[in-house]
Amino acid sequence: MAMKISKNKFNDRLSMNLDNDFMRSAVSSAQHRFQTRRSTAIESLDWEQWRNHGEEIRQHVLEHLDYYLYELSENVAARGGHVFFAKTAEEATNYITNIAKEKQAKKIVKSKSMVTEEINLNTHLEQLGCEVIETDLGEYILQLDDHDPPSHIVTPALHKNKEQIRDIFTEKIGYTASSQPEELAQHARQILRQDYLTADIGITGCNFAVAETGSVCLVTNEGNADLVAALPKTLISVMGLERIVPTFEEMEVLVSMLTRSAVGQKLTSYITVLTGIQEELDVDGPEEFHLVIVDNGRSSILGGEFQSILQCIRCAACVNVCPVYRHVGGHTYGSIYSGPIGAVLSPLLGGYDDYKELPYASTLCGACTDVCPVKIPLHQLLHKHREVIVEREGRAPISESLLMQAFGMGTSSQSIYRFGSKLASTAMKPFTSDDKISSGPGLLKNWTDIRDLPSPKKERFRDWFDTHSKGGRS
Amino acid sequence: MNVSLFATCIVDMFQSNVGKSTVELLERLGCTVSFPKGQTCCGQPAYNSGYVKASKDTMKNTIRVFENAEVIVCPSGSCAYMLKEYVHIFKDEPIWQERAQRIADKTYELTQFIVEVLGIENVGAKLSGTATYHPSCHMTRLLKVQQAPMTLLKNVDGLEIIELPLKENCCGFGGTFSVKMGRISEQMVDEKVASVQQTNAHYLIGADGGCLLNIGGRIERQNLEVKTMHIAEVLNSR
Repeated sequence: MAMKISKNKFNDRLSMNLDNDFMRSAVSSAQHRFQTRRSTAIESLDWEQWRNHGEEIRQHVLEHLDYYLYELSENVAARGGHVFFAKTAEEATNYITNIAKEKQAKKIVKSKSMVTEEINLNTHLEQLGCEVIETDLGEYILQLDDHDPPSHIVTPALHKNKEQIRDIFTEKIGYTASSQPEELAQHARQILRQDYLTADIGITGCNFAVAETGSVCLVTNEGNADLVAALPKTLISVMGLERIVPTFEEMEVLVSMLTRSAVGQKLTSYITVLTGIQEELDVDGPEEFHLVIVDNGRSSILGGEFQSILQCIRCAACVNVCPVYRHVGGHTYGSIYSGPIGAVLSPLLGGYDDYKELPYASTLCGACTDVCPVKIPLHQLLHKHREVIVEREGRAPISESLLMQAFGMGTSSQSIYRFGSKLASTAMKPFTSDDKISSGPGLLKNWTDIRDLPSPKKERFRDWFDTHSKGGRS
Repeated sequence: MNVSLFATCIVDMFQSNVGKSTVELLERLGCTVSFPKGQTCCGQPAYNSGYVKASKDTMKNTIRVFENAEVIVCPSGSCAYMLKEYVHIFKDEPIWQERAQRIADKTYELTQFIVEVLGIENVGAKLSGTATYHPSCHMTRLLKVQQAPMTLLKNVDGLEIIELPLKENCCGFGGTFSVKMGRISEQMVDEKVASVQQTNAHYLIGADGGCLLNIGGRIERQNLEVKTMHIAEVLNSR
């Protein structure tokens, strides 16, 4: 799967998902659950102070990214690992498939990683003839379900319920028990356990890389990342260029914020830290370790007006509060990155041709900005995209552009405004009955399809005030 | 105190009653209210749609009209916030930024002005029935006026306030979003109306004209019993 998950146009994706009542109720109840848990998990903390600290750490890293990338790569190498900087998705997948070829890998186990989705790694490995197995339960379900795309960056199968999952398991892996989550999980675990033991290569993502030690930190609730990292002889971790912290001290802060913001847990069941290859007294761990650092468009965001999006620690708190996401679901975004973070990031990494509608799929309500643990001004970045689309890319529809120019003219000139606002009542008269407009012309139709509009008043407020100030006081 | 009223274009054209109530309320509280005639719109419809250049002349007009005011009061959290945003919008035009700062420093949303500046928590209003209040997004999250409306509403004689379930949910207005992404907006406003209905309140109260046009318009379309009121109208009820 690449970043782009659908060939359909935005409006078609929207229609399909708005009609999916089941998905919508699953998303709505999941959002509610996440929000409640998050509130409980942060209530005893001075969260604003934590947010300031989180922001400071992320901004510091981005300002000194060259330094920390160098330090990280030196320390990975010092502990016997190999570091590869991939400028593009293709460079990354080539490097990794070459390792698979060299190892004559038949089976590869993976723990959850959005960046490997972004670079379409699984497809490349499968083309090589490898069996690639996702071990995160959510990802595993989607993989079994004929590669259904993830709809959420943390809980990828959020759009499915336990009955649907039971059906997938029954059809694909001979499952015969109930739709109890515990039984479903137990079945998957039994199958996956054999896969860990027989895999040639393990591939992980990276929540945070610690520059000071060359370590990779992974946050899971299933412990699957531990097994992916510990059992196969060859381990490959893939990370986005910006996912670095200077030391364990900052890692601790960000992990604490990540787990609280993502799933409302003070700590997840497993925090895995991988440092270097197996040493003499180690009982397990990889004999060979590769860290693949993926740029794929990130360095061109650095230093620009969207830099703050690189502060993101992929917690999905913004997704979990977004009212638009609640109604349209993840697949409407057409990208593996959905919700507010996806609406900002997808056009930056994938271009406006595919994603120019996303920045408009927001009321700019600011709920995302409010919950972001590292204080990314998400709604402002969505607005910045609109400005770029309109003023630099010239991609706005002509009708809208004319309307907005007229708006600018009409509201910057006092006389035109006064004249226009006076005229409005007369102009709307044919569409008005009972002091309201129920079926408006042109663009207004999009409003009146859904709601009534009070007709513009013949006596505007300013007319009343005129009389009032001349002594007509009530 | 001499108050310059920034009524907003929505109030001027669609909700003159909100403007009247604001004026009468402020006068009753001892203010002298003026309405600078040159005012038009805060510029948000174009600005939020990405037409930054096209909206700047509108903002400059607002700055010119209001820069000599003693205080600027606006019966809309979103538009009041916009006036404060000018400072950031004009960051590359130092002279305009300085002028924008002058108006930002003395701009208040109506309830914020009454509670924080006039220091009044009970305006002596009377309205009998039950009501629920929708805290609009820009006012709550961006302008950060959260307590003032509730403080004033709780002191309205005869009015019982019922908390709106999921009150922090956006109503789906979002300016041009409401027409550009009409289908999503419809889902959002339906969700909001459903929350309002859960309270069985007689009145839905809000402090932002845009949100009230949206929620109220949907309520009208569905012929529901609940009456939509701007907080200025409530506080001016006697």
